[in-house]
Amino acid sequence: MKHPALWRLAIVAGAVLLIEFLCRIGIIDRVTMVPPSEMVVALVRMSVGAPWFWPDAWSTFRNIGVATFLSIVPGFLIGLIIHALPRLRAVLNPVFLSYYSVPTFVFYPLLIVIFGINSASLIVMGAMFGIVAMVSATLVAIDRIPRVYGKVARVIRLSPWQTALRIQLPAATPHLMTGIRLAVTYSVIGVIAGEFIIATAGLGRRLTLAYNDFDTATMYGLILLIFIGAAIVNIVLQRLEGRIHKRWYRA
Amino acid sequence: MKQRWTDYAILIIAAFALWQAAWYLAGSEALTPPIETVRRLGVLMEGARFWEHARASGVAFAFASILALVGGLVLGIAIGANPVAHEILTPILSTLYSIPKIMLYPVILLVFGLGLSARVAFGAMHGFFPVALFAIGAIRNIAPVLLRTGRVMRLSRLDTVRSILLPAALPEIVTGLRVGFSATFLGTLMGEMFASSEGLGFMLIRAMDIHNVPDIMALTLLAFVIATTANIFILAVEERIHSHGA
Amino acid sequence: MTGSGVSDAHIHVSLKGVTRVYPADSGHGEVHALGPIDLNIRRGEFFGVVGPSGCGKSTLLETLAGLVRPTAGTGTFEGKEIRGDVPDGIGVVFQEDASFPWLTVERNVEFGLRRAGVDSAEIARRVDHAVDLMGLNAFRRAYPSQLSGGMRQRVCIARTLVTRPRLILLDEPFGALDQQTRLLMGEELLRLWRDTGATVVLITHSLDEAAMLSDRVAVMSSRPGRFIAILETHWPRDRDSRVVSDPAFGQLTSRLWTLLRDESRKALSTE
Repeated sequence: MKHPALWRLAIVAGAVLLIEFLCRIGIIDRVTMVPPSEMVVALVRMSVGAPWFWPDAWSTFRNIGVATFLSIVPGFLIGLIIHALPRLRAVLNPVFLSYYSVPTFVFYPLLIVIFGINSASLIVMGAMFGIVAMVSATLVAIDRIPRVYGKVARVIRLSPWQTALRIQLPAATPHLMTGIRLAVTYSVIGVIAGEFIIATAGLGRRLTLAYNDFDTATMYGLILLIFIGAAIVNIVLQRLEGRIHKRWYRA
Repeated sequence: MKQRWTDYAILIIAAFALWQAAWYLAGSEALTPPIETVRRLGVLMEGARFWEHARASGVAFAFASILALVGGLVLGIAIGANPVAHEILTPILSTLYSIPKIMLYPVILLVFGLGLSARVAFGAMHGFFPVALFAIGAIRNIAPVLLRTGRVMRLSRLDTVRSILLPAALPEIVTGLRVGFSATFLGTLMGEMFASSEGLGFMLIRAMDIHNVPDIMALTLLAFVIATTANIFILAVEERIHSHGA
Repeated sequence: MTGSGVSDAHIHVSLKGVTRVYPADSGHGEVHALGPIDLNIRRGEFFGVVGPSGCGKSTLLETLAGLVRPTAGTGTFEGKEIRGDVPDGIGVVFQEDASFPWLTVERNVEFGLRRAGVDSAEIARRVDHAVDLMGLNAFRRAYPSQLSGGMRQRVCIARTLVTRPRLILLDEPFGALDQQTRLLMGEELLRLWRDTGATVVLITHSLDEAAMLSDRVAVMSSRPGRFIAILETHWPRDRDSRVVSDPAFGQLTSRLWTLLRDESRKALSTE
């Protein structure tokens, strides 16, 4: 299969063109959806002309960034700790398995009471969503480090610190990368969902406002933006993961 | 085995204790303590309105589940069985999975209007992707030697799928069903929060709007219990299958 | 039953009354894995160990290396007692592939000198030498995932060699390889042994391999592993795989199998 990426591009482009066509000839009416070309136009227009655009975009972006960081770093450290305490891990196991089945977003109003109607709540929401994925991935990553590596470390007489840094950390990287990708994905979802539910600031809030004002063009422009943003982040991280896998594992 | 039940007990007790402690710290504006929450839930469940909403949720969830599971499985198996399709389409599916689908709820509303179909669409949309992706993974992970055995035995396409592919892929497919089930549950709830005038999600958003903390907590607890019970049940099925098969 | 007439000055590594018992766990009861073992290995000799599966061969090797503490008895290396740490001067090649997938072959080999406190010029020299010795020159920049199993084991051996170990322990290093590759790797091992002058202890389940390569071959019983016999091969130092055509070779391997056959059946029935 040569150039699957090109085929993918072709399929996506084809889908977009189809929607454009259906909108233009009226099968999809304007009230429901505006043609993709107009979505792009609306997006460009608001990025240039709307005074709220850059502040809101920055707010969303920054909150996602902080939430991601809070998912990954504490998630990793918590994973390390839990791995070192097997009984604790056994007790917490049901939590890891069920965490993403329960509606954690219902705690959002409660978070507002604690943190107030501001970015802090949104960040905590994003972090809450992403952190468990990172903890789980860390646990698996450490599990999968081959035991023989530890023996090699002792034969070469590395200190525990050197063993951790030079052998265990690199050895855990593939699974940690998966954890990072999931943490980012869930942080994005957590923050954006928070912006919808709590409507404090950010692109999510703008989206609900546009919807309430029947401004479908702006609404779709924003959907397009978030869509593309999330897609790009995800594709980049998937690429990274793929590169690591290719280097490590036999083709 | 005995340790597992002890661990569950420890977990539940610890959760309750933390909950109670959190209430001490945060106050009744933020939380309701455990026992009161359970009591409140009991009161709610005595009302007739509650069961109307519960039934509405159940109906929406059932439809959404069928759509998500069947649709996800069919697409997942079709893509998984075809290497070319897999190479091209799976990354697209993967990326779509990572998009925050909540931002699409206005679109769902515009397309389906307020009502049952919107809720079903939202729920199905959430559950479809994990089912499909796990099914693809399950099929890709089948050891090639099993398929070669099928060719040696001159099985037809359908027969291969039925007697070799599906049994071999079953464990991972069931995991996908479990994750998909949970996602559908969440999706349906969310759909009810934004696109409906009935259902448990609707009760929830109403409570959230007027900041009725006891109701919020009671309904959340209910959702939690439903989701976790279903999860444990399907997990038990999964474990049975895993020990028989892979 | 241990090695005959070995004077103390020539003993490189020894075990006295070494036993290893694994304590009872949630899954199973106490496991008496090894011993008691008495063993004297001469400096510079090639010592082979064969035994049925599960007899504790790996435990024996790890005890010699200092990776595992015996439950009873002591191990001595170069006159000093082995206590819980791997002594300086010992190299180990494990059964599993221990090459690091995130490093190139070059960096993998270099890794052995991480702790050595050796200057970079010397590191480069030793890496060049080891890479050359193991025939890895064409693959220096390759990653282990691009190499075959045999090549990866060579990387591990090269990584062991750069530290100039005086005692080299190998735990079924060629287990995953096919027969022809094994024979050739065996010859390479002999060459290495002669070039470095190190003492080599090789654990293997292949009687041919042990008989061909070793100066002495120890036969272990089924679990708990003890030495049933230690046979002298009397091969010249400059041997290669062609000793297999020597009539003494056939006698040796048949003797080994006679000793081993019953133990193997015992081991098989307890699995």
